[in-house]
Amino acid sequence: MKISVIVTPKKNVLDPQGVAVGHALESLGFPKLKTTRVGKLIELEIEAVDSPEFRARLDQVCKDLLSNPVIEDYRYEIISK
Amino acid sequence: MKVAVLQFPGSNCDQDAFHLFASGLKLNTRYVWHKDTTLGDVDLVVVPGGFSYGDYLRCGAIARFSPVMKAVQAFSQQGGLVFGICNGFQILCEAGLLPGALIRNASLEYRCITCALKVEASTPTFNPETLGATIKLPIGHGEGNFRIDEAGLARLEANKQILLRYQNNPNGSLSDIAGIRNEAGNVFGMMPHPDRAFERFHPSMDGLKVATAVLATKFPQLIKRTA
Repeated sequence: MKISVIVTPKKNVLDPQGVAVGHALESLGFPKLKTTRVGKLIELEIEAVDSPEFRARLDQVCKDLLSNPVIEDYRYEIISK
Repeated sequence: MKVAVLQFPGSNCDQDAFHLFASGLKLNTRYVWHKDTTLGDVDLVVVPGGFSYGDYLRCGAIARFSPVMKAVQAFSQQGGLVFGICNGFQILCEAGLLPGALIRNASLEYRCITCALKVEASTPTFNPETLGATIKLPIGHGEGNFRIDEAGLARLEANKQILLRYQNNPNGSLSDIAGIRNEAGNVFGMMPHPDRAFERFHPSMDGLKVATAVLATKFPQLIKRTA
């Protein structure tokens, strides 16, 4: 199974990287940006069967390790079975 | 009084921290490797600065799951003293031993300067009377921008958990926060380096007072030594 975990800075948390990237985009003449946020994409490939138990374990590692709930949100997508 | 300094792959201030306590305060000090599952007989655990596990994923995120951190969790739950400096502070936040998190400096720059810090009245041993109203300590970090939600900040303020605030905020930290303690008052964390401020050739010698204030939480007789 292939899974993509997407980790983004929380909406209300300052994202200095995103601000800098936004400035760079503007200096390239890109249309005025409302926001630019920089996050992480974590790709997992594992031998597992999709089940409620598996999803619960996945949520747990997303909360414990892959993201820090104080400053980040996460979501994941099952890319292929 | 016995001090243990943790060592993770990528720690690079472990020797500085060791000498702060061994040479600066003349205490029985030893290293504890990150794979150790016990701390042994110890009164203070120091989590030193550096780039544990290359700061991969997030600062402190991987170190938090090191075998030794289970022992540190148990030690702190029994009221043991724990002191995180720089990357050590980030590790303690990731481990949930301290509230909040540290993100990229607002300037996006790595800041390596000596900072004037306002000492807050936090504990009977960590306050302006024992440390002075302002102290100077070096910082060296790219991710020292302290963040916590509004309710969390209100709790820090109400419980007097803020130890130090920057006079000129170098990293965008919320409320100029440079160091905090946990509510129980036995876990301390700060971005500035007391371990780089205890020799005559250092920018200041205030690191001795800070280390003493932490230790004096359990050993109040220490305060007389430097006061």
